[in-house]
Amino acid sequence: MPFEVLVPADEVRLQRPDPGCASRVETGNVPLLLAEVRHALERLVRSGTPHTIDLRAIPLGPGEEDRLLAALGRGEVHAEFDSMGPTEIQECGYAGVWCVTHRNPGGTTVTGRFLEITYAPELLASPAEDVSAALERLTAELTTA
Amino acid sequence: MTSELGGTVGDFLRARGVSRRGFMKFCATTASLMAMAPTMAPKVAEALEKARRPSVIWLPFQECTGCTESLTRSHSPTIEGLLFDAISLDYQETIMAAAGHQAEEILRDVTKENWGNYILCVDGSIPLANKGYSTIGGVSNVDMLKQVARGAKAIVCIGSCSAFGGLPKANPNPTGAVAVSDIIKDKPIINVSGCPPIPIAITGILAHVLTFGIPELDHYGRPRAFYGQTIHDRCYRRPFYERGQFAEHFDDEGAKAGWCLFKVGCKGPITYNSCSTYKWNFGVSWPVEAGHGCIGCSEPNFWDWQGLYRPLSTTQWGNWTTVGAAAGVGAVAGAVAALASRRKQRPVGEDVEEAQS
Repeated sequence: MPFEVLVPADEVRLQRPDPGCASRVETGNVPLLLAEVRHALERLVRSGTPHTIDLRAIPLGPGEEDRLLAALGRGEVHAEFDSMGPTEIQECGYAGVWCVTHRNPGGTTVTGRFLEITYAPELLASPAEDVSAALERLTAELTTA
Repeated sequence: MTSELGGTVGDFLRARGVSRRGFMKFCATTASLMAMAPTMAPKVAEALEKARRPSVIWLPFQECTGCTESLTRSHSPTIEGLLFDAISLDYQETIMAAAGHQAEEILRDVTKENWGNYILCVDGSIPLANKGYSTIGGVSNVDMLKQVARGAKAIVCIGSCSAFGGLPKANPNPTGAVAVSDIIKDKPIINVSGCPPIPIAITGILAHVLTFGIPELDHYGRPRAFYGQTIHDRCYRRPFYERGQFAEHFDDEGAKAGWCLFKVGCKGPITYNSCSTYKWNFGVSWPVEAGHGCIGCSEPNFWDWQGLYRPLSTTQWGNWTTVGAAAGVGAVAGAVAALASRRKQRPVGEDVEEAQS
């Protein structure tokens, strides 16, 4: 017989996996990330220097990213824009901490998630090139009207 | 199809109505998947503004099409985004509309028009035992590779087959399969290994070649951005390894609790890849998270390793009887060698006496 029989077939009992077991896996990175956010906030207050954390670059266990975002909470500002897919910008419960989530054009997949510690994320401001182009367009619109 | 070499990627995106905000979003996610710091996003933007859209030719050789399947599952940049925005994928047999003579004509025209400037992507190993084992339109893989590689700016080997020989090269290697680097010696080669490679590794490397050229490579020619660390280095189950908490079998309490899979054969400690950070299935999960150990598919000759479920810490000899026999043979060989050496040795001082006489 090529294989050693560990459990006879008639004794096999299939069990539904415990969905809670995966959420108990902790890498220990959540408190470390919160500490990095605190450190970045301190630098922002002291010198005005912004900081960005790429959450995709940190190994996190199942559920840990959700726990991190839950710890940061939700603030007053929520913004969305749609360019090459939807992007959500949520101020966290701590002013100056923003969660920026980029999705693919179908909105089905998160393509990037960043924590930005700044007074206002750059993506919220209208880019100078777009403003110049808008001026030209509006001028042309008013001229032809 | 011809590539639009006249415009930059930035021009192309603007012409398609992509705003500056959207362009910066694209650059931020591209920097992230190239394992660059978020502060590099403006530099990616600067590079993309100036980068010309290169022509890319993809040749499939002795392969299973798994690498093409992986490419089409990329979520960042999306395959559509990569196809139409960043590069000009002029020849790819699985996803191109043309077939037969029309496809062969496209390959001839594209190589001729972009000679010296196109990126050549290859998936599949190249059989050398008999040229007839794998052909495209009657042309053997080895002849087609040599011909098309002559005009390539760089070669990107997609998957472990083209990078190292892969499954076809596994013992006894009936087709004489070899890697691209065994045949082509005079072109820069980037090995994006894996069986298949992670989807975004494929598109991320192509994006890097577009923006910053050839990335930093390791000793196997793999980009350090994706292959610079082992699976073990970034595994979320590492804390269990450190605490000595292992799953002993796939159905035991340790496995259910999500403990380390080292003892059920995980090859994470010796495998360089980024499955543990970028994951699979649009970032949903990856083998270890699903409960199965890493099989080392991005390493050379992984198919001939000691087995998917044998822990790295066990010997390659299989059982104690064989180990004992080997030890016995070793002891006898050692004794014979010692005896032969002793007969050649001279008593201390004999050489001095000889010199003085």
